[in-house]
Amino acid sequence: MSNLERIADTAANEGDTVWAEKTGWMDRVPRWVKMLLVFVIFVLLWDLVTRFRFVSPIILPTPVETFLDLIFVGQNLLSGGYMLQALWITLLEVFYGFLLAIAIGFSLGVIVGETAFGEEAIMPYLVAIDTMPKVAFAPLFVAWLGFDIDSKVALAAFIATFPIVVGTAAGLHAADTNSRNLFKTMGASRWQTLVKMKLPMALPQISTGLKIASVGVMAGAITGEFLGGGKGFGELIRVAASQLDTPRVFALILYLSVVGMGLFSFVSWLQRRVVFWQKDRVSAASE
Amino acid sequence: MTAAAASTRSDALQGAPVYQLSNVGKTYARNAIKALEGVGITLTQGSFSSVIGSSGCGKSTLLKIMSGLIPPSTGRVVLQGKPVTGPRRDIGMMFQQATLFPWRTTLENIVLPIEIRDGKAAAKAAKTQARALLELVGLKGFEDTYPTELSGGMAQRASICRMLITEPAVLLLDEPFSALDELTRDFMNMELQRICSSRNATAFLVTHSIPEAVILSDVVYVMKPRPGRIAEVVEIDLPRPRTLEMMTTPKFGEIVAHIRGRLDKEAFI
Repeated sequence: MSNLERIADTAANEGDTVWAEKTGWMDRVPRWVKMLLVFVIFVLLWDLVTRFRFVSPIILPTPVETFLDLIFVGQNLLSGGYMLQALWITLLEVFYGFLLAIAIGFSLGVIVGETAFGEEAIMPYLVAIDTMPKVAFAPLFVAWLGFDIDSKVALAAFIATFPIVVGTAAGLHAADTNSRNLFKTMGASRWQTLVKMKLPMALPQISTGLKIASVGVMAGAITGEFLGGGKGFGELIRVAASQLDTPRVFALILYLSVVGMGLFSFVSWLQRRVVFWQKDRVSAASE
Repeated sequence: MTAAAASTRSDALQGAPVYQLSNVGKTYARNAIKALEGVGITLTQGSFSSVIGSSGCGKSTLLKIMSGLIPPSTGRVVLQGKPVTGPRRDIGMMFQQATLFPWRTTLENIVLPIEIRDGKAAAKAAKTQARALLELVGLKGFEDTYPTELSGGMAQRASICRMLITEPAVLLLDEPFSALDELTRDFMNMELQRICSSRNATAFLVTHSIPEAVILSDVVYVMKPRPGRIAEVVEIDLPRPRTLEMMTTPKFGEIVAHIRGRLDKEAFI
C-alpha cells in the first residue's frame, strides 16, 4: 500500500467517526438551557454578595426580597391597584410620544431626504440639536407644558424624533441610479417616484429608525417623570428610591423593561411583516 | 463603410426608418467636455443594431439622449416622425440590472410602466397582456413570485416583459446581460433574438462585447472617444436566425477581428 493510499484509507475510515460529528457538548445543549445557566449564576453571585454583607442591604436587596416585591407589584398591577394606574399613565405618555415622534420625524425626514433645500438648510440644524443632551430640555418642557403628561409626552417625542428623521432621510437616499433612471424613462412624476419607489425602498431604514426610537421614547417618558413629577411609573420609582426601598425600585424597573421589550418586539414584528422581502437577506447575513 | 461591410444588405435594413439621429452632439455645460460629435444613426423597422466602444466613448451619453433622459446640444433626434424631447412610452429600456422591485410580484413589476402612465385600473387591465409576455419569455407560472426568488436570468426575462408591456417602437438595451455568467448570457442573447424577431422589434444594444454585438446585430456602430463619434458602421450579413454555432465560423471570426482592429487603433491612445 502506497503512502497516498494509506492516507486515503485512514481518511475514509475516520470519516464517519471524526469528521461527521465534530460538535462539542456545548453545541448540543439547547439555547434556553444556556440562558438559564447564566441567569442562575447571576442570581447565585447576587445572593452571595448580599448574604455575606459585602454590600449593605439598603444598597442592594437580596434576590428573595426582590422576588417577593416582584410578586407584590405584580399582584397590585393585576388587581388594578394604584400601580396599574401609574403604568397606564406612563403607557399613554409613551404612546402619544411615539405617535408624535413618528408624525414629526417622518415628515421632517421626507423634507430633508427629498428636497435639496431641506438637506442643505434644515439638516445641519437637526444634526446640531441631535448632538445636544436632549434630557437637558426636560425642565423647559415642564415650564412650558406643566406637570401633567404633556411635558413627558413632549420629552419622549423629542428624544424619539431624531432616529426616525435620520432613518427616513437616509432611506430615501438609498434608491440606486438604475431605479431612478427606470422611473425617469417611465415618465414618472416626482410624487410617483417618491411613493412607488423611494419610500418602499426606504422602509428597511425607516424601521431601523423606529426601533431606535422605541427605546428612546421609553427613556424620554421615564426621565420626564423623574424631572417633572406627575403620577406615572417613573414617579413610583423615584418615591421608592427616596424611601430607600430598593427591592421595590428593582421590581418596578423589571416591569418597566417588560413594557420596553414589548414595544421593541412589536416594532420588530411590524418590520418583518411590512418589509417582508428583507427577511431572506437578514437571515442569510446572520448565518 | 469598408470591405467588411456586407456585400448584400440584409432584409431588416430595407425596412422603414423608425429612429433617426442626425448630427447629434453633446457638450456638458458643467465641464465643457465634448461627449458626442456628429453622431448619425438610423434604426429601421425590425432591425437590430449595436453600438460598441471602450469606456468613455460616449455610449452612455448617446443612450441617455436616445431615451430622452437628457437633451442633445446639437442635431436632431426623431422617433416615429416626432422629435424626442423627454421620456416617451414608445421607448422601451432595459438596464444591466433587472431593477425589479422586491415588494411587487413579477406580474406587478411588469405592469408598473402602465400603472405609472395610466393608473391602477389600466395596470390591472394590462395583466392579461403581461401574462402573455411572461409566456413569451418562458416565465409562465412565475406571475405571483417575488423577485427575490428569481435567478439573475429569470429576473432579466421579467425585465424584458416590463420593457415590452407598453409596446414601444424601439428597444434600448444597456448591456442587459453583462451581469450574468457567460453561459447564461449566450443563452439569453439567443432568447433576446427570438423575442425580438417574434415581435419584429427594432432594437438598439449598447455593449462591451464584440462577439455579442456581432451575433445579435444587423449593424454594428463602432465608436471612438474624445469626442465620442462613430468611427465605422459595420453591416453583419450573417444569415438569420443566428445560432451560437455561428460564433465558431471563420466569417464570424473575421468580422470580430475587423471590429477589434478598429477599436484597438482608436481606444487606447
